[in-house]
Amino acid sequence: MPSKTLYDKIWDAHVVSTEPDGTCLIYIDRHLVHEVTSAQAFEGLRLNDRPVRRPELTLAVVDHNIPTTDRSQGIDDPESKLQMDTLAANTKEFGVEYYDELDQRQGIVHIIGPEQGFTLPGTTVVCGDSHTATHGAFGALAHGIGTSEVEHVLASQTLLQNKSKNMLVKVNGKLPAGITAKDLTLAIIAHTGTAGGTGHVIEYSGEAIRDLSMEGRMTLCNMAIEGGARAGLVAPDEKTYAYLKGRPKAPKGADWDAAVAYWKTLHSDEGAHFDKVIEIDATSIAPIVTWGTSPEDAIAITDSVPEPMSFSDEHKQSSAARALEYMGLTAGTPMTEIPIDKVFIGSCTNGRIEDLREVARVVEGRKIAPNVDAMVVPGSGLVKSQAEEEGIAAILKEAGFDWREPGCSMCLGMNPDRLEPGERCASTSNRNFEGRQGHGGRTHLMSPAMAAAAAVTGRLTDVRTLDTAGAPA
Amino acid sequence: MKALKELSGVAAPMPMINVDTDMIIPKQYLKTIGRSGLGKGLFHSMRYNDDGTDNPDFVLNKEAYKDAKILIAGDNFGCGSSREHAAWAIEDFGIRCVIAPSFSDIFYNNAFKNGMLLIRLPQEQIDELTEQAEFGSNAVFSVDLESQTVTAPDGKEHTFEIDDFRKHCLLNGLDEIALTLEKAQSIDQYETNTNNAHSWLNPAAG
Ligand code: SF4
Repeated sequence: MPSKTLYDKIWDAHVVSTEPDGTCLIYIDRHLVHEVTSAQAFEGLRLNDRPVRRPELTLAVVDHNIPTTDRSQGIDDPESKLQMDTLAANTKEFGVEYYDELDQRQGIVHIIGPEQGFTLPGTTVVCGDSHTATHGAFGALAHGIGTSEVEHVLASQTLLQNKSKNMLVKVNGKLPAGITAKDLTLAIIAHTGTAGGTGHVIEYSGEAIRDLSMEGRMTLCNMAIEGGARAGLVAPDEKTYAYLKGRPKAPKGADWDAAVAYWKTLHSDEGAHFDKVIEIDATSIAPIVTWGTSPEDAIAITDSVPEPMSFSDEHKQSSAARALEYMGLTAGTPMTEIPIDKVFIGSCTNGRIEDLREVARVVEGRKIAPNVDAMVVPGSGLVKSQAEEEGIAAILKEAGFDWREPGCSMCLGMNPDRLEPGERCASTSNRNFEGRQGHGGRTHLMSPAMAAAAAVTGRLTDVRTLDTAGAPA
Repeated sequence: MKALKELSGVAAPMPMINVDTDMIIPKQYLKTIGRSGLGKGLFHSMRYNDDGTDNPDFVLNKEAYKDAKILIAGDNFGCGSSREHAAWAIEDFGIRCVIAPSFSDIFYNNAFKNGMLLIRLPQEQIDELTEQAEFGSNAVFSVDLESQTVTAPDGKEHTFEIDDFRKHCLLNGLDEIALTLEKAQSIDQYETNTNNAHSWLNPAAG
């Protein structure tokens, strides 16, 4: 048998049929649905009188435009309410399981899939949301789709796809102490650029990747899309099985054993061909922050705001100049001298329990700076209750953080949580596009520990120096 | 989907790299449960001033480009989210063809599902086309899907690549879901085979 990559193996196992030009009909094992990108798809089914082919393979949740304040009294915004009510009605009509805003299992779609054991190694996972790449942490082939494709999956449990190329990102050595998966994923994008992965599925491997926890791997794969890749993958291992075992929707009994036996075959073979290979030295990575309006605009916290003319390509020069103007930054300013107004801890990148533990570790016994408004939005109701049980919520509240209900929140500002024009935010989310967190809002992406450090000092801060630079209570 | 065989018209030049989906259609327009009428929100923050008036410097607000049918853009166009609203907004504005050095994968798929044609050409050719597009309403471009060519106002033909299956669907305006459902037997067969080999794939009732 020829050597195959992990991606080749999953792909081959899902081909239903092939067109003469190589376009394939691919079977979809798991489909996640949320309120923003599904209404038109269900409407399409209704107009054509088509049922959902296998409703049990789709799981729906409300997350994007839900407020993160108390929801027990209903939702004020009429447009958001209409989208939520539409999803509730559609899932009921078509027989799809739905976690509504009061369900404890509700949360961000990419957090609840793994949490429920719905996401499994070797499966194909899709969702009308680009950060579906997150599920690749389990060795699932997972990618975002548009609404027409959501409809296609609901109707046929398949998608028409062209196979992508194989790309390997090998991260050698160990990450230094205090450097997290978020720093790593930003460092990779800074290295490859936002289009570096276009047309490829990335497999992440190497010692630093194996060392990451499952949650760290999710953070890593979550941002594969920011590097332009169709999907990101990490081969499953003992950590993957341990994470999944006993989760509500994970296989049980004999099925579990059969599944694990199969999952053990899911790795790239010796000598498998990759079209593109990038090697990164983990030992040299510092805490990373972004300075511009694209995730590739990422540098070490110890650096200064770059000079647009320092970029070689003229398109990059003009986009950097535009980014600095939007961000209200001057070239040459040390990153650690940039004051902030808000801190957002949350999102499908960094809204899991380990992220909240990191934040608590940094802020315990400290207070957030008086000029800063800081909020923590747990990624799901289950993360929230776990953090409350572990005493994390109490530490965060004591430090001055606002403790919210789960949802996408200020990751995209479709709900009431957003930046005002000109406000500057230290954010653990994944996109710093113009206007992403609110019209005119300025986003600096970073890890939870770095955002916590910024909350304490009121400016971008190297978390490794917090003891000397901070203002401990 | 609407068929598209050929198209000719003015092309709006937009030589910015990494034009993301938040720029194409910001989130306040994502609260709709319909597909139509999004053209007014296209490129919202570049197109309108804070008070809601038109920004006269933005390309699509210039008289020459108000009826543009083609957009000539920079590298990595449509990066960011999976929102099909981005394709809906461009199409609703009246643009059915975007030419750029590269596109994000999801945006590329979404556009074709909505009867749009996306053309990838090398950066040098894009630079040439952008320069000619800057002549405004006097510069008419023609695109022919059958022969896979873009003819620039200077008469020069630029050939582009496209997958046969995509081309076939767009030329004939085919409904891909109906096409797939014709393959129901293959899908049934696939399900039977995997159910036998991998029963663990059925989600536990959790
Ligand atoms: S948290 Fe942000 S990136 Fe993740 S699904 Fe929600 S809006 Fe998308």
